[in-house]
Amino acid sequence: MSAISFQSVSKTYRSARGEVHALHEVSFDIAEGEFFGLLGPNGAGKTTLISILAGLARATSGRVTVLGHDVRADYAQARRSLGVVPQELVFDPFFSVREALRIQSGYFGVRNNEAWIDELLQSLGLADKAHANMRQLSGGMKRRVLVAQALVHRPPVIVLDEPTAGVDVELRQTLWQFIARLNREGHTVLLTTHYLEEAEALCSRIAMLKLGRLVALERTSDLLRQASSNVLRFKVDGALPAALAALARVTGRVVQLPAHDAAEIERHLAAVRAAGLHAEDVEIRKADLEDVFLDVMATHGAPLQAVKGVSPGGGA
Amino acid sequence: MSGWQTLFYKEVLRFWKVAFQTVAAPVLTGVLYMLIFGHVLEDHVRVYDSISYTAFLVPGLVMMSVLQNAFANSSSSLIQSKIMGNLVFILLAPLSHWSWFFAYVGSSVVRGLAVGLGVFAVTAWFADIPFAHPLWIAAFAVLGAALLGSLGVIAGLWADKFDQMAAFQNFVIMPMTFLSGVFYSIHSLPAFWQGVSHLNPFFYMIDGFRYGFFGLSDVSPWVSLSVLLVALAAVAGLAVHLLRIGYKIRG
Repeated sequence: MSAISFQSVSKTYRSARGEVHALHEVSFDIAEGEFFGLLGPNGAGKTTLISILAGLARATSGRVTVLGHDVRADYAQARRSLGVVPQELVFDPFFSVREALRIQSGYFGVRNNEAWIDELLQSLGLADKAHANMRQLSGGMKRRVLVAQALVHRPPVIVLDEPTAGVDVELRQTLWQFIARLNREGHTVLLTTHYLEEAEALCSRIAMLKLGRLVALERTSDLLRQASSNVLRFKVDGALPAALAALARVTGRVVQLPAHDAAEIERHLAAVRAAGLHAEDVEIRKADLEDVFLDVMATHGAPLQAVKGVSPGGGA
Repeated sequence: MSGWQTLFYKEVLRFWKVAFQTVAAPVLTGVLYMLIFGHVLEDHVRVYDSISYTAFLVPGLVMMSVLQNAFANSSSSLIQSKIMGNLVFILLAPLSHWSWFFAYVGSSVVRGLAVGLGVFAVTAWFADIPFAHPLWIAAFAVLGAALLGSLGVIAGLWADKFDQMAAFQNFVIMPMTFLSGVFYSIHSLPAFWQGVSHLNPFFYMIDGFRYGFFGLSDVSPWVSLSVLLVALAAVAGLAVHLLRIGYKIRG
């Protein structure tokens, strides 16, 4: 059975400017035990898809199940199976950390949960904040509590909607160690993130959304393999010639150009020299997920509906 | 505790943690009404021959406090959670619309009764208050608080801003409570306004509640109870329906 199954999920909002298609016929499955990444630029529909999964929003058409439970018809079982870390940094100002966790546990009908609550507090570095009021916590600490609240009923499927947006390195390390441990113990993880190096390091399979459509669905390793194999990276002062600029990913002085072989690398460098520029700190590296992501987003003006079926690929 | 019991407990804890504002302040307001209206009108208004004006005033003020605070509890909790965003914790939980309803309305009844008891405990010192029919007192207090708690759920779901909530409170709830016969018997009004008052469900709640103390009322307590039950069924039905469809809370 799939941990999560999206079946032709569409979402249409009615706004003042007419109908907005936030999601269009999105279908894919996530197998039990997978660490799955959902990527896409802002406005691609990631959060809408997760909201429909979590019951915070309703699909206009299509069906979503969690471990076989329909999120509409069988919402209680579906929600018991899910632990969702919301994107917004929200908290209830009336309660302490421990109270918030006890209450959240109670909503799910889980009694005598102190041992697990203690373990969550310990694992997320919150033990010394257990009695602090939520208002007194820093942003990073509040984020940890959100993670603890999502896990308090021991859900088999964990959904993290940009959990590391704006959090410090220490928390990221703590969080990923803990989530990776839960994944090893059998929990399914669905992650959306803007940090592509995190997705590359953690997720075994990845889906990409663009303008509400699924444009990629592959194992992370396959995605990386099919990408143009190398990237030429150098620093330069001044504007690149137009032909190169069209291919390049430019961040300040840093220029990164896709290159398949040595001849292409030589051509790029020759073009730079011909423009009267001097390339410094030249290096060649393997393509990473960010290159693949940019490539997919650039080439899929039209959606790729012929993605590899809706079953989890690669025997996952 | 089961899911709805936890939500109920959390909602009671929420107002109890700020009881100075949610219980003590409304009690003080009730006492101030008592002092001012009782002092000014004691010698000028006579509603029933056997009852002093101050005694007449006490049950009305108590019921007014019960109703206003029951409404304030569910409505302000919902709008705060919507605006703060922490409603998501409840939305993510496997709680049915009935769980939401009983938790929010139940906690509103608790807050209404807590304030009502507080107002009574202080104002009862000013006059001799009999307890002619205690069961009627309890029935009107609990059902009236449930009606306003349900209305608060509807208002809390509907309002997007504190501004809209304040409008609901100031332009609907306040006029209806003040024009319900808390401070006077509607028999003292001109015929037209008596007719208008009979359309106000708050009038029946105050009148029936007062009957429980004095055994005297403008209309039969059975009529008042019937009006209250019909209003409660209609408003609670709408509240449950809105919770079931996730009105303004599930996109």
